[in-house]
Amino acid sequence: MMDAKSIAEERLIVEVLRYRPEEDAAPVMESYEIPYIDGMSVLQALQYIKDYIDGTLSFRWSCRMAICGSCGMMIDGKPQLACQTILRAGDVRSLRVEPLKHFPIERDLVVTMSDFVSKVESIYPFIIPRSPRTPAEGEYLQTPAEMARFENFSDCINCMLCYAACPQFGENPNFLGPGVFALLQRYNGDSRDAGQNKRMELVHTENGAWSCTAVGHCSDVCPKHVDPANAVNQNKTNSALDFFLRFLPRRGQSERGV
Amino acid sequence: MRRPYLRPIDSLWWAKPPYLAYTLREATGIAIGAYALVLLAGVICLAVSENAYDAWLRFLASRWSLALHAIFLVAMLFHVWTWFAIMPKTMPRLVIGGRYVEPRLITATGVAIAALASLVLLVIALRILQ
Amino acid sequence: MKRSVAPIFWLMFGAGGMLAALVGPALVIMTGLIVPTGVGNSTTIMDYAHAIAFAQHPFGKLVLLAVISLFAWHGAERIYLTLKDMHLGPKFTLAWLSYGSAGAVTLATTAALLAIGF
Repeated sequence: MMDAKSIAEERLIVEVLRYRPEEDAAPVMESYEIPYIDGMSVLQALQYIKDYIDGTLSFRWSCRMAICGSCGMMIDGKPQLACQTILRAGDVRSLRVEPLKHFPIERDLVVTMSDFVSKVESIYPFIIPRSPRTPAEGEYLQTPAEMARFENFSDCINCMLCYAACPQFGENPNFLGPGVFALLQRYNGDSRDAGQNKRMELVHTENGAWSCTAVGHCSDVCPKHVDPANAVNQNKTNSALDFFLRFLPRRGQSERGV
Repeated sequence: MRRPYLRPIDSLWWAKPPYLAYTLREATGIAIGAYALVLLAGVICLAVSENAYDAWLRFLASRWSLALHAIFLVAMLFHVWTWFAIMPKTMPRLVIGGRYVEPRLITATGVAIAALASLVLLVIALRILQ
Repeated sequence: MKRSVAPIFWLMFGAGGMLAALVGPALVIMTGLIVPTGVGNSTTIMDYAHAIAFAQHPFGKLVLLAVISLFAWHGAERIYLTLKDMHLGPKFTLAWLSYGSAGAVTLATTAALLAIGF
C-alpha cells in the first residue's frame, strides 16, 4: 500500500564498505541511493541494493528476526544486527554500513568466523556429567533457581557483536572473548555439569579472563541480553580465588570428576 | 580467491565514546594512587622529625593542597559510584528467597554502605578523637 | 596451559578499590579539607602528638599500611591497564613501572612505620 510518504519518494543514501579480494587492494566505501520506506530495516536496505543495484554485494543473513545471529555488522559505527536496526522517517537520511570490527574481512560485509568457531569448540561446550549416566536413570532434576544461574548465558546467538564492541579483543585477537565466555559460563553454571575444572584451565590464562578489563561494552551491545561481561568477570573472581586456594586439598574431587 | 583483510584498530579508541567513560573510570585509580603518595609523604615526615611533619601539615593547609584534595574527593566519589556499578558483574546472579536480585539493587546497597562507612568515620574523627 | 599471574594484582586492586570506596571520601575530606582548614575545631586531630601516638600503635600501623599500600596497588593496576590501552610502551616495561612503584610505596611505608617505632 502506497502512503503519502513513499509516494513522495524519500531517498536514503547507504554507504557500504566494499571489499573484493580479487580486485581491491584494500576495502573501499561505495555509496548507493535507494528508495526509503518508513520502518525498513538495514537488512532490507542491503537487500534492495543487492536485488536492484549491485548483485555482487555480499552479506550474511537468514532469519531476519534477530535469532540466527548472521547479520551482525557496524551500522553508523555501532555493532548491530542489520535485521533489527529499523530506520524511522525523518531520522535517517544516510547510513554507513561496515563489516563487524576486529575481524578480518573475507568479502564486503562477510567476516572471517573460523577463529571464533575454534574458540567455541575449545571450551567443552556440552554437559560433562559427574558420572556416566544412562537414559534409564531418568532425567536430571533442576530447580528454577538452579536454572536462573545460567539461563541468560544460553541465549547467546553467536552474532559476535560483543567481539566488535570489545576493545581488548581488538587489541588481542587471541582473547577468548565475551561470547565464548557466555557459553563457558552457561555450562560451568549448570548444576548438571561437572566439567568446571577443564574449562577453568582456559580461564586462568592470559587469553582467558585476564585479557578483560571490565569495559562492559559487550553487554551493552548484546541483542539478547546475555550479559557476557558478567560471564567473564565472575570468572575473574573464580580464577583469582582458585589461584590461591588450589594449594588446599579438596575432598572427593576425583570421585566427582570435578 | 581468499585474501582476508584485517583493518587496523583505532589506537585512540580509549579516548572516544563509548570507551571514554571507561577510561575516566580507570583514571580514578590515578587519584587514589596519588592520594596514597600524599599520605606516604606524611608518614615519612612523621618518621623523620616533628619539624618535617609540621611542614607536611603546612603543605596540607596550602591552596594547592586544598585544590588537589578537592579533585581527589571528586575522583573518590566517582570511584564509589563506578565501583559498585561494576561490582555485580564480578558475581554470579544472586537469587535470594527465590527471587533474582537486580544488579541495580546490589549497586545501591553498596553505595549506601559506603556512604554509611564514610559518615561513621567522619563522626568518629570529629567527635571522638578530639 | 600457562596460568596468568594477574590474579595477584587483581585481588590487591580489588581490596584497594573496596577500601577506597568505603573510606576514601571520608579520608580525603578529613585529611585534605577539614583538618587543614580547622573546621569544627579539628586542627589538633592530626597534630604531631596525635599522629605519632597513632603511628606507634600496632593498630595504627596496620591502618596506615593497609590504606597507603592497598590504595597504591589499586592505582598501579588501573594505571598499568590504562597505559597499556594507550600503547605508551611495551607491556613488560609498563607492568614493572606500575607494579614496581606500588611495591616501592609498600616498602617505603613499612620502613617509615618501623622507623617510627613502638
